[in-house]
Amino acid sequence: MAVTDVKTLSPEAVAPGAAEAEIESSVSVASQWQLMWWKFRKHRMAMAGGIVTLIIYAIALFVEFLAPSSPGVIRADYTWAPPQRLHFFRQTDEGMRWDPYVNGYKVEIDPEALKRTFVIDEEQVVDAGFFVKGEPYEMWGLWEMDLHFVGSTDPEVPIYFLGADRMGRDLLSSMIYGTRVSMSIGLLGVFMSFFLGIMLGGVSGFYGGTVDNLIQRIIEFIRSIPTIPLWMGLAAALPTDWPPLRIYFGITIILSFIGWTGLARVVRGRFLSLRTEDFVMAARLDGANEVTTIWRHMVPSFFSHIIASLTLSIPGMILAETSLSFLGLGLRRPVVSWGVLLQEAQNIRSVATAPWLLIPGLAVLVAVLALNFFGDGLRDAADPYNR
Amino acid sequence: MSAQLTNGSQHTTSKNNSATADNVLLDVRNLQKWFPISAGFFRRTVGHVKAVDDISFQVLQGETVGLVGESGCGKTTAGRCILRAYDLTGGQILFQDHDGEMVDLAPLTNNEMKPFRQQVRMIFQDPFNSLNPRMPVIDIVGDPLRINKVVAGKELEDRVASLLAKVGLRPEYMRRYPHAFSGGERQRIGIARALALDPRLVVADEAVSALDVSVRAQILNLIKDLQEEFDLTYLFVSHDLSVIEYICDRVVVMYVGKIVEVAETEELFAQPFHPYTEALLSAVPNPDPRNRQQKARIVLEGDVADPANPPSGCYFHPRCRYVQDQCSQETPELRQIAPGHFAACHFAEELTLAGVTASGELG
Amino acid sequence: MESPILIEIRNLKTHFYLDEGTVQAVNGVDFTIHQHKTLCVVGESGCGKSVTARSILQIVDQPGRIVEGEILYHRPDRLAAFSRRDAMSNENGSNDSNDSNGSETTEIIDLAALNPRGREIREIRGQDISMIFQEPMTSLSPIHTVGNQITEAITLHTDLLEDEAKEHAIELLRRVGIPRPDERFDTYPFELSGGMRQRVMIAMALSCNPALLIADEPTTAVDVTTQAQILELLEELQDEFGMAIMLITHDLGVVAEMADDVVVMYLGQVVERGDVDSIFHDPKHPYTQALLKSIPRLGVSRNRQRLDSIRGMVPDPYNRPTGCMFGPRCDHFMPGRCDAVNPPAIQLGPEREVNCLLYEEE
Repeated sequence: MAVTDVKTLSPEAVAPGAAEAEIESSVSVASQWQLMWWKFRKHRMAMAGGIVTLIIYAIALFVEFLAPSSPGVIRADYTWAPPQRLHFFRQTDEGMRWDPYVNGYKVEIDPEALKRTFVIDEEQVVDAGFFVKGEPYEMWGLWEMDLHFVGSTDPEVPIYFLGADRMGRDLLSSMIYGTRVSMSIGLLGVFMSFFLGIMLGGVSGFYGGTVDNLIQRIIEFIRSIPTIPLWMGLAAALPTDWPPLRIYFGITIILSFIGWTGLARVVRGRFLSLRTEDFVMAARLDGANEVTTIWRHMVPSFFSHIIASLTLSIPGMILAETSLSFLGLGLRRPVVSWGVLLQEAQNIRSVATAPWLLIPGLAVLVAVLALNFFGDGLRDAADPYNR
Repeated sequence: MSAQLTNGSQHTTSKNNSATADNVLLDVRNLQKWFPISAGFFRRTVGHVKAVDDISFQVLQGETVGLVGESGCGKTTAGRCILRAYDLTGGQILFQDHDGEMVDLAPLTNNEMKPFRQQVRMIFQDPFNSLNPRMPVIDIVGDPLRINKVVAGKELEDRVASLLAKVGLRPEYMRRYPHAFSGGERQRIGIARALALDPRLVVADEAVSALDVSVRAQILNLIKDLQEEFDLTYLFVSHDLSVIEYICDRVVVMYVGKIVEVAETEELFAQPFHPYTEALLSAVPNPDPRNRQQKARIVLEGDVADPANPPSGCYFHPRCRYVQDQCSQETPELRQIAPGHFAACHFAEELTLAGVTASGELG
Repeated sequence: MESPILIEIRNLKTHFYLDEGTVQAVNGVDFTIHQHKTLCVVGESGCGKSVTARSILQIVDQPGRIVEGEILYHRPDRLAAFSRRDAMSNENGSNDSNDSNGSETTEIIDLAALNPRGREIREIRGQDISMIFQEPMTSLSPIHTVGNQITEAITLHTDLLEDEAKEHAIELLRRVGIPRPDERFDTYPFELSGGMRQRVMIAMALSCNPALLIADEPTTAVDVTTQAQILELLEELQDEFGMAIMLITHDLGVVAEMADDVVVMYLGQVVERGDVDSIFHDPKHPYTQALLKSIPRLGVSRNRQRLDSIRGMVPDPYNRPTGCMFGPRCDHFMPGRCDAVNPPAIQLGPEREVNCLLYEEE
């Protein structure tokens, strides 16, 4: 039982209290989106997931501003520098004062292995700040800016909030830039799957018969191929001399090539079950033609379900891209994604020396979980009329 | 509207129609609807479910005809064939158009059907599934008007308001969605939708079966009142014999896709000529505990025959308590036993079957 | 002769705690079920008749639970003595506090107080009290044969060996009118028709010879001719097995055919109870009266006068009227009284009660 069960009294019956009537009538005239929102709102995990998802996409939107530097900047003299903790207040004679800083590095040499390592030097202080001027960039490729959300006040001395990699590149900046690629590849892949899925699933479900049979067999065939080898094969087929952007689109297409099948099945199933619904028959008996029936009755009935399954298939795309890139078959620098970053953490020696290289894995985890919770909530709310 | 009907006239078969009186609104002839049973990888058709197998009956202007039978007897399929929700396997559906001509609806395409869809309307069984939950009442009731370009805009709103008032709902509720209404109210909305286009024939498919007992009487009364007000003709499909008796002028009894008996309601209930009708009547629980002792309930053996694989001869013979050798060999024709009373039984004249006496006891 | 009391329900309240509010599905219900008798609980959807039945067996769906009241089960000596628990009590008899161990008095168990997942209620389910449902498929397992399921029910509650249980199961299937029961023993539920499935359900429910059979709308999903078969069968089986039947239905025709006693429910409360003849021929509560007038009757409604309908509809469970639940739809509504007081049960005779202020003695 849901909110939807709130019934009204008949004209003959007594009128309820005035306050009740007001609440009740707002439910009575609530459209499906309002009802869905009310239902979704009750789902705490999904709300949390939704908020985290929104934050992640907001990060993806403003990477240039949020990242302290660009991900490609190599500083060979900061190889595997450990993360520096940001202190917000500085101890002075008058007490604590707002003045963000980090502690600097000092180099230690391991006497046995004769290996240079960076350690945090509590004595040194590097001034940090919010909304600092730093490396110039083009915001969304439109206008020049050099304002960064957080960073070192001195452009000559870099700060590594999450440490550096083998080449002295800033992990935080790389991760923030990776957010854009990883999250957008999920979204883009899903949208491509969406078109293929809706088209083929819709055709399959609406016409039925031979067409349906054929499309279903194709779907079964595609789904029966082991995914990783298929991706690997397809990714290997991408020419190596392609520019990074084209590789990026190539990978998206490869991912959606498999992703559409699940969606097509959802759409087909909805079509088949809706076709036998009484209200669809009623529309036909009203004299509505097929196009009207589909657009006015069937599509609004399953659109919310489609959105939910789309959301639920984004994590799959993200994971697929991550795996491909991790295996070295997906994206390559200078494009950075979380998978590309995790590639650094492939061998045990680097992980032992620089465990912070695993942090991008955490980002994948958070994004995937958030999207899954969000999608689950959407799916539960997708049919507010469930009795 | 009749101007669009130019090519409808070629289907007209009013001449060689001996039984046609002027007031026949619907004349169903040899209606057949078989559903294929497919099997195997290539979905070959391996047989047919003969849901409706060669039935003929007439509905006169202004009367209520009941189509009664147990589940699987084909009554719902027959109703939907008449609405042309299904394509027919065979037979004719002759419908009297406004100008008095009989038009066969069976071969019409979807486009050609459009003017007739306004004249033949349907009330659905399930008040929950038959209204699109994503549309407000004004769209549900107004859509037939809009689609058929009858009225639009403010006028449409007025029409919907008056329709709602007619079926006993407050017109102010037209912005509400179906979830705000109870089962009985939704059924009223469904009835308003059916009446929106001033239909002449309304097919009511188990219109009150899903409703609560106390609401059922309201809706039955409403259906009756509307008939008088709008000069409606009903084809009332139901499994509930007491409802059928209350609302119908004539009754068509079906069993496994075939008609077994047709008669005026009073005659059929008082003096059935087919053993199946007798059993059906005796199976209805009598809402008076004092009649419990006197009645001899006929309990039928076994289950309803499988319409994909019906028995030989008379379909009812395996369950019939008057069965004779002839029954399993020859299929009985529906024939007139008494004036206006048809039955499909070899021994209709010989058998003395029990009906329901006017006092409610079984005689 | 009044037969002994089997179940006594006192002020039973079962509420459902939902996000939208509390649904008082059963709100203060009292009635008794007598041994070997048929009690029909009649009412419209949402009146709480099914929840009452489920409360007896402690199988109320989440988030519902019994919040108040007693369900006193007067366990017949036959079941108290003949029970697997005798064998069980040798092993762990000490923790069975209610066991009167062979004493002659009927033991009385408050079912409402038992733990819904406890051993005691599980023993009562199926063995002392069994239940059949509207849709047999929901309570038959689709992946086990019909015979297996009955045999399992038997071996679970008796000492019978596998072979004996199978024999007993086949006998039961024959008894409920399933042709060729030894062949049908190995069929799966989906291979049977609706009526046959309902028979299998009944066979399973009777496998341990219960003292009470609860039938929740057993014939609502089947055709009239099948309904006649099932009702006939229940009557025969009652004569043979001697169990009490609690039949839940909305169909007054079924009530008239089957009931010894009738309980009429409306919106979670009993409005009237009595023997079947007085309910049908001398109904007291305005709701019962109106309900009886609103049904079309075979033969009677031949003259086709308008049906007397009850105005309005059953109120929404979140929005219950104050005072008498039927008040807003009642023709005898007394302003200031009916909307103020929830009418108490007024005794009209032995086992004859009506909850209506019209019958209140000043």
